[in-house]
Amino acid sequence: MRLPISWLKEFVDLPADLSVEALAERLTTAGLEVGKIHYLGIPQGDPRYGVPPSDHLVWDRERVILGAIQEVKAHPQADRLVLAVVEYGAAEPETVVTGAPNLFQYRDQGPIDPPLLTAFALEGAELIDGHGDGVQRLILQEKELRGIPNRCMVCSEMELGLSDEHEGIMLLDYETYHHIAPGTPLADVLGDAILELELTPNLARCFSMLGVAREVAALYNLEVREPDYSLPPTSGESVESAAAIDIREPSLNPRFTATLLRNVTIKPSPWWMQWRLKLIGQRPISNIVDVTNYVMFEIGQPTHAFDYDILMERAGGKPTIITRLPDAGEELKTLDGKNHKLDPATLLVADTKGALSLAGVMGGLESEVQDPDPETGYVGTTTVLLEAAAWNFITIRKTMSSTKQHSEAAARFSRGVHPAVALKGVMRGAKLMCEVSGATLAPGILDVYPSPAPTVVVDFPVSEVERLLGFRLEKTEVINLLHRLQFEVDDQGDMLKVTVPDHRLDIDTGVIGKADIAEEIARIYGYDNIPNTIMDDVLPPQRNNVSLDNEDRVRDLLVEAGLQEVINYRFTTPEHEALLTPMGLPSSWGSFDYVRLLNPISAERTALRHAILGSLLDNAVTNMHHHPSIRIFEVGNVYYANPNGLPDEPRRLGILITGPRHTGWMGETDSDNVDFYDLKGILETLLDGLHIPARATTYRATEHNSFHPGRVAMLKINDEPVGVFGQVHPLVCDAFGLGLDLQKPVLAAELDLDRVLAYTSETFALQHIPLHPPVYRDVAVVVDEDRTAAEIADLIWQSGGELLREVRLFDVYRGQPIAEGQKSLAYALTFQTDIETLNDKAVNRIQKDIVNHLEAHGAKLRA
Amino acid sequence: MQDQLESIYQQALHDMEGVRDAEALQAWESQYLGRKGQLTLMLRQTGQLPPEARAGFGKRANEIKEALQSLHLEREEAIRQAELARSLEEGAIDVTLPGRTQAMGGLHPSTRTLRRIQQIWADMGFQVYRSRDVELDEVNFTLLNMPPHHPARDMQDTFYTTQPDIILRTHTSGGQIRAMREFGEDGTQPIRVILPGMCYRYEQISTRSEIQFHQVEGLAIGKGIRMSDLKGTITEFARRLYGEHADVRFRASYFPFTEPSMEVDVQCFLCEGHGCSVCKRTGWLEIMGCGMVHPVVLQNGGYDPNEWSGFAFGMGPERITMLKNGIEDIRYFWGNDLRILEQF
Ligand SMILES: [Zn+2]
Repeated sequence: MRLPISWLKEFVDLPADLSVEALAERLTTAGLEVGKIHYLGIPQGDPRYGVPPSDHLVWDRERVILGAIQEVKAHPQADRLVLAVVEYGAAEPETVVTGAPNLFQYRDQGPIDPPLLTAFALEGAELIDGHGDGVQRLILQEKELRGIPNRCMVCSEMELGLSDEHEGIMLLDYETYHHIAPGTPLADVLGDAILELELTPNLARCFSMLGVAREVAALYNLEVREPDYSLPPTSGESVESAAAIDIREPSLNPRFTATLLRNVTIKPSPWWMQWRLKLIGQRPISNIVDVTNYVMFEIGQPTHAFDYDILMERAGGKPTIITRLPDAGEELKTLDGKNHKLDPATLLVADTKGALSLAGVMGGLESEVQDPDPETGYVGTTTVLLEAAAWNFITIRKTMSSTKQHSEAAARFSRGVHPAVALKGVMRGAKLMCEVSGATLAPGILDVYPSPAPTVVVDFPVSEVERLLGFRLEKTEVINLLHRLQFEVDDQGDMLKVTVPDHRLDIDTGVIGKADIAEEIARIYGYDNIPNTIMDDVLPPQRNNVSLDNEDRVRDLLVEAGLQEVINYRFTTPEHEALLTPMGLPSSWGSFDYVRLLNPISAERTALRHAILGSLLDNAVTNMHHHPSIRIFEVGNVYYANPNGLPDEPRRLGILITGPRHTGWMGETDSDNVDFYDLKGILETLLDGLHIPARATTYRATEHNSFHPGRVAMLKINDEPVGVFGQVHPLVCDAFGLGLDLQKPVLAAELDLDRVLAYTSETFALQHIPLHPPVYRDVAVVVDEDRTAAEIADLIWQSGGELLREVRLFDVYRGQPIAEGQKSLAYALTFQTDIETLNDKAVNRIQKDIVNHLEAHGAKLRA
Repeated sequence: MQDQLESIYQQALHDMEGVRDAEALQAWESQYLGRKGQLTLMLRQTGQLPPEARAGFGKRANEIKEALQSLHLEREEAIRQAELARSLEEGAIDVTLPGRTQAMGGLHPSTRTLRRIQQIWADMGFQVYRSRDVELDEVNFTLLNMPPHHPARDMQDTFYTTQPDIILRTHTSGGQIRAMREFGEDGTQPIRVILPGMCYRYEQISTRSEIQFHQVEGLAIGKGIRMSDLKGTITEFARRLYGEHADVRFRASYFPFTEPSMEVDVQCFLCEGHGCSVCKRTGWLEIMGCGMVHPVVLQNGGYDPNEWSGFAFGMGPERITMLKNGIEDIRYFWGNDLRILEQF
């Protein structure tokens, strides 16, 4: 909402030494955030308050002044130019050449009485170039215009930086400004600053000039001047005899008020009202509509003007305004021309014939105020039924969302307007309408108030200030702060009975009310004035988050292994994840339902992912053109929908590596691409770092359709499957956009992190350094091709006894002299005891046992 | 034989003149002193001499052997010195050639910032509590004093799932309810936790807004926790994260689940408050929202607001990272371009 300082001053006398910037800062810290300050002609003030510098046009006090055009004469050389004789406080008036079309009507008409007030710029003044893009500046210099020397200028709004209006010069209202002497700096006449307020939903009461003025008054301890709500003299038949009100849903429409204005003349509203509406960004329309807008911005109460004659015609007599829910299938065309099919929750203002308005949101097209039509001689609306009502804010919100209709009125009603303001709105509107349209007011006011708002009284113990806010405040000071916000306070000793003023709906009763009041005290007292303290309550039980600690350990280990962490969108589409399975094969990821979004933001993000692998493959694609080698991992959730409630959100670890094992240096040949065993090495290192014993883990060839059928393994810990890893299926890589490069495999793992971490332990026994030297033996056996290295190692372990400490495969050999279909596996064995140095004889005996065991299980000792 | 011995000696001395490197020295040694060296063979022949000549011959042969051995040592040392000198002289390299890149891993910038935040709060007695991503509407909104149709729901555009009343959490604040119910023991125990986690908003993705972002929520519940404690604690945190001279400003604001509510600004650490593009020339950076826990939320967590009070706060690690590292595009965070990530 835009707040012109000039309008604010109608309700409060601001301290003389208060700069606009300081006011903006104070409002901001009190919760009325000033997002921006717009300056009109006046220089920016105090830079202390963090206001960004503004490059607006500043009106030179000597050179941009009020001028009075006394006469307009023809230009001797040009039809499209005239000469304006301008009085500007100097001894002699100045004659200037101008092409302003709005002066042509005065050409050669003799002295103008009263004179036309305008903005007058003298030589040397800085202005916006009226023929430029609206930003370009110029310095006014003397030049000849068709033979007449010209050194001053009468200005358009655009040239003054007020708007992009450049059709004619700006003319000021004589009524408003006749008492100001020509020559007065324009900055003193029209100079202004406009605060752009960004109001949070709780500040419904501040959606008006008066509302903000009350806050300003409270913050600076000033008096508020309320607008004039007095009614003008009345005449004619009373409003009661002219119309009736029928509220069908009192809980949704607690109050409806109306008044009748006769002898209305529709015409433009006066200059001062138009000016103010323009300052707040509203387009002036005509006097009656402008008044409804003006009252809304002035006191926060939206009002609506019906053409009473249309209502009469529809009703065939005295109209009854009915507020009700719509009938099935009912429709309404709003005054912006849109046709709405009405949702059952939409509240309507109607008459006996049908719907008139979307209650609290927008008026209907048919019954709105009618403009005169000079062609037909139609004079426009002459009788106005002006209404102001109170609506349940939830109903307004439902109407807004079902009709997708927004308006300034809806913005206010949907946040809550106190029913007390409705009556004020209709009174203030009636008064202004009489002033600006020559209308006469019918006696009486229709005021149906079936559901009066309760008066809110909060029991507030003074001690709450200290308990909730942390500082001591004398009772008198508490009362004073509350008075500044127009709360009434009944002092009952330690307990204050605080009555909430009838422009607020945001203060509750009971324990919530206590917090509401405490907040108001803190806000007005100033958050900066509240001390900073350190909690001195009991320190709560301190709890380690083991799960997070372990997760972070996983991250650290993988980073130490040279992998980069990534974090991906948890969003995907089932179609995208379907690419994880080559065409024609069944998915190996299980048949779980997706958590699907009802309102996806884009077609690429309609559901939550089932696997991290898809995210990592996308990352590989992102980076493939500038990173030949990619080593990444992600720790994050995947999501499985649960038809009976919240989804499962298991924690996963995904790893992906691809590309050369080492990066080349200065033309050195790149090394080999990473393969299955690089990834396995990373996993082994990780599990080792997590102190999960190698003997507890097993790697078994498995089937998984996202991976190369011969290069995929299941990782088990203590026989529980915890994940799968291997070479990603080339067709999957291709489907994701990595191409079908068989020489550059992509290796990936997807582990169930919760299961893996279940086996880690913070406590583990340190292995001491052996005192006695080990004995080494090599054993090479020939086995059939389908026997795995792990199997043979298991056989060795089974027969190695307690002296065997390490079994390490160091060679796999195929070819002569080994027979086709067989391979040789060579293991280095380490034997050691803690008690003595082993002798050869003892080791030879064990070795013989091992060899016997191996040979008994189909392995042949290699000669 | 005596002559032969002397001649070998002379020959050895002469040959040594030509020895310039370790290889030649090795050859010289095996020619004269090795197992089959000339001197060694000569010594073995001592027995063939007449007994009276043996002593004189043996003595002389051993003298020669010692002399040759010490000559060998001498030359060996000389050669080592010469090689060292040569290596030092000729071993100069171009130190401006590029180094060999070592493959290093790294944490995601959000993880780094999260850890920094968690560390500071841990020092103040706040441990991590983690709550779920996909949440009940009730926990995310209603129990936080935002019943259906509450105006504040407009402030957070929500992703709804196809299951009724199940949404993607729009903030970590819902975790407050879960933490109070899990640790509060029916409103009898004080609590200090922080709740980091991923949040989701239905927003157009741009340089400034994302549909997914981290948030770190904090919650302290106790008897006698006051707004002044909130101010003091947050100021302490801000100084540890942004520097001990960081100036902190509290502005009244509005969140339905706290009252009073505040936005916290820290003086722009890039321009020290003089105004720059990052702080939009205001000199202030908005770093978090906070407030005293609303009585309704306390009640929903099982506490009696007449006796218990508390504060809550929430901040965005991505925003903090952007401010600290001059990142102008929030899309970098989930873009996972290694050219960006590797800079951290
Ligand atoms: Zn700055």
